[in-house]
Amino acid sequence: MSILKLHYDIDGSDFTRAGEASGKVKRVLKKLGLDAEAIRNVSIAMYEGEINMVIHAGGGEIDVEISSELVTIVLTDHGPGIEDVSLAMKEGYSTATDNIRSLGFGAGMGLPNIKKYANEVAIDTKVGVGTTITIKIYVPDCSAEL
Amino acid sequence: MTVETIKTILNADVLCGEDRLDREVHAACGSDMMSDVLAFVKEQAVLLTGLVNPQAVRTAEMMDISCIVFVRGKRPDGDIVALAERRKIVLLCTKLEMFSACGLLYSNGLKGGHLKK
Ligand SMILES: Nc1ncnc2c1ncn2[C@@H]1O[C@H](COP(=O)(O)OP(=O)(O)OP(=O)(O)O)[C@@H](O)[C@H]1O
Ligand SMILES: [Mg+2]
Repeated sequence: MSILKLHYDIDGSDFTRAGEASGKVKRVLKKLGLDAEAIRNVSIAMYEGEINMVIHAGGGEIDVEISSELVTIVLTDHGPGIEDVSLAMKEGYSTATDNIRSLGFGAGMGLPNIKKYANEVAIDTKVGVGTTITIKIYVPDCSAEL
Repeated sequence: MTVETIKTILNADVLCGEDRLDREVHAACGSDMMSDVLAFVKEQAVLLTGLVNPQAVRTAEMMDISCIVFVRGKRPDGDIVALAERRKIVLLCTKLEMFSACGLLYSNGLKGGHLKK
């Protein structure tokens, strides 16, 4: 079984483009004919991670690996890191500024959403160094031909 | 309810997707915070929002939301309209504010969704 690998550099200085990579991945998955719910789960989880990377960490890189059983998304940034991960995972917790809120983000729902839509999430973070978030979403059926 | 009916109820202008007004929507979600929308799981929903930036369209794309209604007379710029056109999302614009727009749709039979878990 083949594996498709995609890589994206995420520009942290241009908010208007935040989410473009997630849109591209969604369209690739649709073309591949993956299970619709898996596509939605990947799209939402990656989009939340991509937005976080832009608004909290000044951009970064995203690697996506697609097989017929599993989609793995690895988001890597060199931003400020997350001091208290369990606090950050709580619904409603956000350090976003009013400026970010005026852009439609900062409800403190992104990380909880990632957890909800993903099958596995691992957050590796160090203050002052950066954050790597690994998201895994299982694909229920092997109907997709890679 | 069709997008055409929503347009009529809200006395809305069509910014793009005039040829797709026959689409059916079964639920509605009103919010200016996109992560709140992303916590919402109903299929075939319409999004009502006061947020006019590309992320409103991208959020709709991620959720398979086929129609966005901008409330309070807000109008997105040409780039946003072009993005929605590429993603085949209908954009409507109403002068009503959020509460009234949602209330009118609700009283005409459109229901809210539910939060996952
Ligand atoms: N990549 C990151 N780097 C540094 N801090 C982060 C990162 N991702 C999240 N955080 C921190 O975790 C908090 C919670 O993130 P979460 O995505 O749940 O909410 P939010 O981004 O503030 O708001 P929302 O996602 O609802 O728009 C953020 O406010 C921020 O302090
Ligand atoms: Mg977030």
